[in-house]
Amino acid sequence: MDLTWYLALSAVLFSIGVLGVLLRRNAIIVFLSIELMLNAVNLSLVGFSQGFGDVHGQILVFFVMSVAAAEAAVGLAIVIAMFRNTLTLNIDEINLFRG
Amino acid sequence: MLETFLFFVFAVLSVVGALGMLISRSPVAAALWMVQVMLAIACLYLTLNAAFIGVVQVLVYAGAIMVLFLFVIMLLNLEDMPSVGGIDWRKVVAGVLGVAVLAQLLALVVVRFGAIPDAPSAEEAVAATDVPYLGVALLTEHAFTLQIVGVLLLAATIGAVVLAKKRFV
Amino acid sequence: MYDFLLADTARVLPILVVAAVGIAVILLDAFRNDSPSIPWLAGAGLVAAFVLEGFKLYDPQVAFFGQVYSGGAAAFANMVVLLGALGSVVLSVPYLKRIGHNYGEVHALILFATVGMMTLASAGSLITLFVGLETMSVCLYVLTGLVREEKGANESALKYFLLGAFSTGFFLYGIALLYGATGTMLFSEMVEGLAVTERTGIFVGGVALLLIGFLFKVSAVPFHMWTPDVYQGAPTTLTGFMSTASKAAAFAALVVVLARALPVDLVAGEVQITLSVVAAVTMVVGNVIALAQTNVKRMLAYSSIAHAGYILAGLAAGTGEGYGGALFYLLAYTVMNVGAFGVLAALEWDKEQGAIQDIESLAGSGYRQPILGVTMGVFLFALTGFPPLAGFIGKYLVFAAAVDAGLTWLAVVGVLASVVSAYYYLRILVVMWMKPETDAPEAARQPFALATSTTVVLSLCALLLLILGVMPGGVIEAAQSYFDAGAIVAGR
Repeated sequence: MDLTWYLALSAVLFSIGVLGVLLRRNAIIVFLSIELMLNAVNLSLVGFSQGFGDVHGQILVFFVMSVAAAEAAVGLAIVIAMFRNTLTLNIDEINLFRG
Repeated sequence: MLETFLFFVFAVLSVVGALGMLISRSPVAAALWMVQVMLAIACLYLTLNAAFIGVVQVLVYAGAIMVLFLFVIMLLNLEDMPSVGGIDWRKVVAGVLGVAVLAQLLALVVVRFGAIPDAPSAEEAVAATDVPYLGVALLTEHAFTLQIVGVLLLAATIGAVVLAKKRFV
Repeated sequence: MYDFLLADTARVLPILVVAAVGIAVILLDAFRNDSPSIPWLAGAGLVAAFVLEGFKLYDPQVAFFGQVYSGGAAAFANMVVLLGALGSVVLSVPYLKRIGHNYGEVHALILFATVGMMTLASAGSLITLFVGLETMSVCLYVLTGLVREEKGANESALKYFLLGAFSTGFFLYGIALLYGATGTMLFSEMVEGLAVTERTGIFVGGVALLLIGFLFKVSAVPFHMWTPDVYQGAPTTLTGFMSTASKAAAFAALVVVLARALPVDLVAGEVQITLSVVAAVTMVVGNVIALAQTNVKRMLAYSSIAHAGYILAGLAAGTGEGYGGALFYLLAYTVMNVGAFGVLAALEWDKEQGAIQDIESLAGSGYRQPILGVTMGVFLFALTGFPPLAGFIGKYLVFAAAVDAGLTWLAVVGVLASVVSAYYYLRILVVMWMKPETDAPEAARQPFALATSTTVVLSLCALLLLILGVMPGGVIEAAQSYFDAGAIVAGR
């Protein structure tokens, strides 16, 4: 199986993630789209790692997963704090600062 | 042959899942579509012979992170998004931007991707990235980085408590 | 097989000391909630790490098979980060007490963010780079949203988090492409790896995406949109921390990538063009928008964008002088900006982290609090770049390096932008010293006692700026020695 196919799939998934961030207005779905972007990159990294026969790509994937877990905890905590105060997660409705 | 077949099955599953997340109105549905993407990607890791990463993907992403998402969505009791009406120019711009990013990445990766000289065969690559080698690399070369990830996870735990605990003192 | 662990651990000891003290702070906080000794413990840990780094200033080494650089430039950058963290910890105590959020956890999070920054500044491979960057960012997201009862703080934190994570996606894709193009994660092996695979297209794409991630973190135009909103909503002393230490770490890492990981012709070609254009646009946009601001915190946010532009001018030069000048600039900038935000924190009276205070509320404050007035004068003159303060030397170094590299137009743009910046910096001083006190709202005129610790830190910052401005010789020599041609060839 040619590695190029995996990389192309990774690019497609990454772009869908970017689209999700740009199009969706719900903070949680925006965050889900970001997770999709990270997953897409992980696929590339594992593909390259197997192509080179080198473990370090997979080590980075392992660390990216830890980082994603940490980000999920903090991000969802921010979302909860936000929701308690404003009762909305629409990122168009939260604009206190201007200028 | 089987390898190619499996790749396309899981590739289609992951893209369908991603698109489902992109267009679903309910946050719960979006999260469930994401679970499908994660599982499909885990299977793709298996087709790449990266068994360890595949298992960790299921455990951490599908198992822990997505459950956390679903938990928060349920906790906040979010209703569905209103249906989309009329042409939103911002969405058109976003769509053009997204397609441009995709085209760039595809061009980069597919067109300019030449084979490397004396690349290892698939069997050699699998042998060189086997779990014991991962473990040794993690605890020697990356021992320091592993410590820092530990600090990061501790900081994230504390941060989540500081931000979200009901009455923080 | 594991013999190297002890020696290599000793080389990264300062980072581990900060991490250990952070854990000790959490434990102390668990048993004696918000104990007043916590800031002392945190400060002692930072001082210890600072001293340890000081010993390694002229002793560059690699640790963990090249994954981490220790000593030399990494030690210099780490000392800048530790200085910023130390100032912020001390200034934060009276400020957080006043806004009722003096939790022990805050100090632990500052320490953990410092660990991330030091890792970032010492990174020798893409893996360490990524982990350091994320450790820093996750802690800063939490610190931004610290005052969680306020909608403004929530909004700042959410914006910072979503945009930061989005930029992380691009950063990571850049890392993946660089790895795919070279087959290695180590900076020192990248050029060789690229020569073997000849995947130049993917490599350039990876560099572009990596630069996007970096430019976002240092808030260069056009990736600066988040900066004013985040700075305005975050607690003021912590704004000082994230605007200085995190930038110092990210810039130090970018310097290492440019000097050690990229082929020389790329750095002198496309990368130089990109960086110089971004630097010029950043200087102009940051300073011009700052002119129109009425909220001082927002004004300083745009000013920090402009300063990122000045530093990028040094990086665009792509020479040892340019990189060294940028490192010196980061030191000066850290001291003056921590001080400026410290003064603002002391003069804050609204209950929204200064988000609704306009510049008029500072009227006459120079006479009521002469120490604040005088030190703020020093910081603002330094930010403008008046001699004999350190800000002037920093600007001189980066612009001189740009001219030497044939980027005279960039230096001209920079000097003109600095002239524009004098208007809004000095306007703050005019309001503080020359406007009658009655211009300020009633709430702003309540007398208050200045904490001793604040006085000491602000005076020391001002003094340090003066010393660095008058006798910068040794520091400049050290900073510029790290990246001259011979040092890079030796792989250190």
